Amino acid sequence: MIEREVTIKNRSGLHTRPAATLVKTASKYQSDFVIIKDDMEINGKSIIGVMTLAAEQGSKLLLRFDGPDKEAAAAAVIELFEHGFDE
Amino acid sequence: MSEENVQTQKTMKKEIILKGIPASPGISVGAAFLFAKEIPRVDERTVRDEDLPHEVERLEHAIQKSAKELNKILLFAQMKVGDAKAKIFEAQIMVLEDQVLIDTIKQRIRKEKKNTEYIVSDEIGKYAKLMMRAHDEYMHERAHDMEDLQNRIIRNLQQEKLISKLEGSIIVVAHILTPADTMILSRNHVLGYATDLGGTTSHAALFSRSLKIPAIVALGDVTREAETGDLVIIDGYSGTLVIHPTPERIDEYERKREHMMRFEEELAELKDLPAVTSDGHNVELSANIELPQELEYVVLQGSRGVGLYRTEGLLIGWDDFPSEDEQYQEYKRIADRIYPHRVIMRTFDIGGDKIAPEMAEEQNPFLGWRGIRVCFDRPDLFMNQLRAMLRASTRKNLAIMFPMITTIDEVRKAKEYLQQAKADLHARNVKFDDGIQLGVMIEVPAAALTAALIAAEVDFLSVGSNDLIQYLLAVDRGNSLVSALYREFEPAVLTTLKHVINAGHKQGIWVGICGEMAGHPLAAPLLIGLGMDELSVVPVVLPEIKKIIRSLSHKQMQEIAKTALSLTTGKEVEKYLRDFLMKALPDLPLDDTTL
Repeated sequence: MIEREVTIKNRSGLHTRPAATLVKTASKYQSDFVIIKDDMEINGKSIIGVMTLAAEQGSKLLLRFDGPDKEAAAAAVIELFEHGFDE
Repeated sequence: MSEENVQTQKTMKKEIILKGIPASPGISVGAAFLFAKEIPRVDERTVRDEDLPHEVERLEHAIQKSAKELNKILLFAQMKVGDAKAKIFEAQIMVLEDQVLIDTIKQRIRKEKKNTEYIVSDEIGKYAKLMMRAHDEYMHERAHDMEDLQNRIIRNLQQEKLISKLEGSIIVVAHILTPADTMILSRNHVLGYATDLGGTTSHAALFSRSLKIPAIVALGDVTREAETGDLVIIDGYSGTLVIHPTPERIDEYERKREHMMRFEEELAELKDLPAVTSDGHNVELSANIELPQELEYVVLQGSRGVGLYRTEGLLIGWDDFPSEDEQYQEYKRIADRIYPHRVIMRTFDIGGDKIAPEMAEEQNPFLGWRGIRVCFDRPDLFMNQLRAMLRASTRKNLAIMFPMITTIDEVRKAKEYLQQAKADLHARNVKFDDGIQLGVMIEVPAAALTAALIAAEVDFLSVGSNDLIQYLLAVDRGNSLVSALYREFEPAVLTTLKHVINAGHKQGIWVGICGEMAGHPLAAPLLIGLGMDELSVVPVVLPEIKKIIRSLSHKQMQEIAKTALSLTTGKEVEKYLRDFLMKALPDLPLDDTTL
């Protein structure tokens, strides 16, 4: 299992389009992907879940990957956060 | 009274009588069916093991249908309301494609053995509640989006059930009915429609009248008073709805129904007689139709032709606009059936409240994107339709009419499109009636004022009185707060009609009227007296209007018009007309059928 903390860098937070990009990227991998924010834990491959996070710019999220390709999944997802979803 | 009877009386629910606006005549007694559209009610039900696969299947269908609807709306929204608003639908579509969500719902159905509606509403509702918890306006809006989506899926689940599972005869009770709802419901055996809101010219009202099903609109609170399964009487003559009627009440209405049916039989004898006044003046009396299914009824009612074919009826139930060929087949069938009489086909009058109110949410749809404005913005659709109509015109009994014309430029532009359509067909070596008659609807006050200019460009004018009156009097006929102010006998309306008729006659062209007013028993003699050459009416009232025309002389009608024009208030005009007709035709059930 891989756990990493990330900070939302893009201005509009995790709104619809970045949320869609995130889900699309995570869904390419077999590994389970969970996002934890405060007391909420959601499936990172579910758009309705990610939308529910309401993660605005500056908020911190804990990402958890588990499965056969967890390294690759984590790398791809974390890159999205680091580049602020290219927004 | 025996003791047993007393007991029954006690347990029987109290009779409730509601008054609304009669929208379509007829009397029925039957079980109410509550059609809740706005916020569907979801009951929690346990599903038997063997039915679980079916529940999952229902979910898949409802999701597919919802996705189809949303994609259609998205396309429309992007085109007409801009990307910002379109995003709402985009987010909803993305959620519909959320495999994790859908799998969760399916698993829950199988595991918890509950009905799909319940699981959908519980699962999506969970997220909507979380979103509402955020201190962020944006998230609150997303929460509402999720609720909308949830309602759409549930509605599709319930409609599907409605279509396939409803048995027996029902009286539909709803808050408001869209044309699409009415369409779907009509696949069941419907004995009547009763709605909280709506006016007599709402589409559901027009539709029920053409199918001869009693309807009452503007009942206010019927959805709160009646429950599915309740016994109700619907009286579409007087606009009375009785919930839990006593046996005596049912007898009373059965007697009234018989009386009205006898009167209608009397009218049926006029079927093959012409609409000619007692002093030999011929009136062109034709019918309005929206659906090809109405054709046989129109013929049966003794109509000489179709004065208004609302072609947008073709669009109901289609995911796409029908092609030129598909439209041609339909138009040809209608023109053939009506031959040797004439059918006037109006090009798509979409927008306003007509087709899909959810497609383009305009602040002010009646002043918005509708009628010819839509046609000009979608020339591909417009040209397809014009070519299809031209191709169906080979027997020379088809005329074309443009809706919602405001200015003379629009008339000229529409004619250019028609020329282009003719040129296309020439090039394709396809036959059509080159001298096809062309007319415009006079329904915008600007067009009424400049009727003389417009008349110089076309072969006929047809007054669309529903819209003309609502624009003239600034009254939204579908808004029950003000719909009582929609009065067709206001002097402003009569003066405008007279002006349009004179303008047409001066140019040597004929003038007709195809709105609801034409089928109003009080209005018909007045309109003919004012000089209307043609009345095109809802099929259900046609025999009654014919009886009125045949019972009076043209001279009398001209006198009526003269007097009516000299009166100063709408109320006076109406009273004058009522008194006159009650004296001249005492048999006419005026008080009840007056719409």
